[in-house]
Amino acid sequence: MENNIIEIFIGILMLFAGIKAVTSKKMLDSILYLSLLSMVAVVGFVIMKAPDVAITEAVIGSGLVTAVFLLTYSVVKKSGDIA
Amino acid sequence: MKKVLAFILVAILGYFMITGLMTAQEFSTYGNVNLDEKISRNFIDKDVNGKSDEIIYGQTSNPETGSANYVTSIIANYRIFDTLGEVTVLFVSALGVSLLFGKNTKKYNFYESNFILKTASKMIFGLILVVGIYIFVHGHLTPGGGFPGGAMIASSILLMYLADNEFKANINKFKQAESLSGSLILVIGLLGIVTSGYFFYNFLPTGTVGETFSAGIIPIIYTLIGLKVGSELSGVIYNFMLEGGEQ
Repeated sequence: MENNIIEIFIGILMLFAGIKAVTSKKMLDSILYLSLLSMVAVVGFVIMKAPDVAITEAVIGSGLVTAVFLLTYSVVKKSGDIA
Repeated sequence: MKKVLAFILVAILGYFMITGLMTAQEFSTYGNVNLDEKISRNFIDKDVNGKSDEIIYGQTSNPETGSANYVTSIIANYRIFDTLGEVTVLFVSALGVSLLFGKNTKKYNFYESNFILKTASKMIFGLILVVGIYIFVHGHLTPGGGFPGGAMIASSILLMYLADNEFKANINKFKQAESLSGSLILVIGLLGIVTSGYFFYNFLPTGTVGETFSAGIIPIIYTLIGLKVGSELSGVIYNFMLEGGEQ
């Protein structure tokens, strides 16, 4: 029962983060919401007893991809293509 | 020298291909298949009902696959062809990125970072690197493995690039490590053919479940995959750092 409540909460949080990542006006907010989505997905994978997938998601989804997006964001911002 | 090496490599591969084709039978009609030529006899005759000895962590020695993490035994042993394909896909994507960005040579300069950021990132860099290596060396014991470990190494390199403008990784060494580990994975697979007759057969003794040196070729393959993925992704990140534009 307790697990169910946590799972529902995680699902709602993932939906919220996903929608916010698409609809945010600022690029930086989108990147951070995407990172939050991966972080919450990690908790979901751990609850579903898939630690291998959780580690991969934590390293690639919320670590490497976020860092690469931030790198791209700073490069694009310096070029002056976006506000 | 390079041409001689390439010729020797092609000759060895050609020998294996020709001998493989000579011994292979033609496709037989339905119902007359000799299963010994198609699948490993080990897996057909395996009894899944009778022998059910309990596998105890740290005590059972020489089981079928000695890895304590079941997922690893599937990824790096039973379904190694999948993993080989994944490594190839990653290699092709790294190749594409370097084809697009490789001709640029000037590195992109970020904002000036201060002394505290540079020093702290150097300290964290070592920690992340060691954790990444730990993850892929212990891939057969704990969750994780070659792909997350390699990505962790690449992200530590990315951290250094972001924090320090003067940081310059030796990209040629990365390329050498990548090609060396990629070739060694295939060499291990061919050793399986030589010793037991099957590509990527686990020909080493599997040892005791739960020890660092157990599970035969699984930790060796996972270490090589981790090195390959790490150096490949570092190369991709290095290519991203180069300033774009058509010059």
